[in-house]
Amino acid sequence: MTDFIFLLIKGVLWVAVGVGMVPFLIYFERKWAGFFQSRVGPTYAGPWGSLQSFGDMAKLLSKEDVVPERADKAVFKLAPYILFVPGFLVMALIPFGPLNVDIFGHKVDLVIANFDAGAIMFMALGSIAVYGIVFAGWASNNHWSLLGGLRCGANMVSYEIAMGLALVGIFLMADSVNFSQIVDGQAGNFWNWYFIPQIVAFVIFFISSIAELNRDPFNVAEAEQELVAGHMTEYSGMRWGLFMFGEYVNMVVMSAVIATLFFGGWRAPFTALDFIPGFIWLIGKVLFFIFLYMWIRWTLPRYRYNQLMDIGWKIFLPLAIANLAVTAVIVSVVQR
Amino acid sequence: MINPTVDLVIQFGLMFAIGAVLALALMAVSHRLAPTSRNPNKGQPYECGVLPQEDSRLPFNVHFYLVAVLFVLFDLEAVFMYPWALALRSIGLLGLVEMLIFIFILLVGYFYAWKKGVLEWE
Repeated sequence: MTDFIFLLIKGVLWVAVGVGMVPFLIYFERKWAGFFQSRVGPTYAGPWGSLQSFGDMAKLLSKEDVVPERADKAVFKLAPYILFVPGFLVMALIPFGPLNVDIFGHKVDLVIANFDAGAIMFMALGSIAVYGIVFAGWASNNHWSLLGGLRCGANMVSYEIAMGLALVGIFLMADSVNFSQIVDGQAGNFWNWYFIPQIVAFVIFFISSIAELNRDPFNVAEAEQELVAGHMTEYSGMRWGLFMFGEYVNMVVMSAVIATLFFGGWRAPFTALDFIPGFIWLIGKVLFFIFLYMWIRWTLPRYRYNQLMDIGWKIFLPLAIANLAVTAVIVSVVQR
Repeated sequence: MINPTVDLVIQFGLMFAIGAVLALALMAVSHRLAPTSRNPNKGQPYECGVLPQEDSRLPFNVHFYLVAVLFVLFDLEAVFMYPWALALRSIGLLGLVEMLIFIFILLVGYFYAWKKGVLEWE
């Protein structure tokens, strides 16, 4: 029973921090966008406009939820949830501290689910989000939506292969697909983190994750100038809000996964700094990657669709395979 | 707790429940607050102001289908490599050479698809 209470506390706290960040991330994204484009960004709601996201949320909550006449109503209503929920399941896999910590005399794992096939579960859940977008595009019965949904489906699917193959390098080095053990493999100072030996895998994984998250420069699905809003064209009110919210939650989760796989997860960059709790390091790394996503989004122009598919299939896929083969050879030679 | 498998179901179930309850609660609040007014024009799909002439679920470019098929193939290869990556330290050189041969065969198929123009988008 105490185990269950600890689990509940861990789950609620992790979600409160990970999801509670989102309104502020949206605010900071808008402020950064303003900064990059020589504007001021939101200023009216609260000090420096910091309550803007809450105002937006209140607005979205009080907007009518229109379901088009000829849409496939059940699928249309289901689609936002399919995009929204898998992110939470991935959150369960991210370790935010060591296993078997002594808290008030209880042994607690500072991870919600210490799953042995964690990284495979992450890949599987990543694929489920594609369904949300394709369903939304198909169910809306709108030319823009269908085209956006299809493009986005093909794009996410293409980058997922490069992502999956880039991960094999990490698995080879850590000799595990359990996130906690992958973090243990990166123990020590920051030069033990996997992003140095696996720099190629890191670059592939990071750029593919931008495509997975549908952010600029890869957001062909909602290319505003071509497709209105892609798969979200027919959505309104909070149903649209769920799509937006889900995208930001996925961004937090994806940053946490990158930090865990390549940047030592909850570990401090120097062992001398271990007295600061792992959770704070993890959040710091997550914020760093989120900033990187925002920086890239507001700096680079959008790719054309065929260029996007070319990058995924003709550059990243062979590169990921080469990285995997070289890593395998090195791992075999070194251990002998 | 009980046993590892049941624990995982509980742990993932909890996170699933948190996510689903959050989403459903937001929708429920929205349904309480939001106005509803029926109007036949609201039900029309957005078509830049033009009345839609036909159903939107038209046949689409065969390329999307080809990409989906290629994805299934390559994703299966990737899944096949995960257990190999974990076992590499125990199966040694033989396993490494076998996987390199496998990757070579995979690349032959990949270049075939490339030369056939599956990866070209117009």
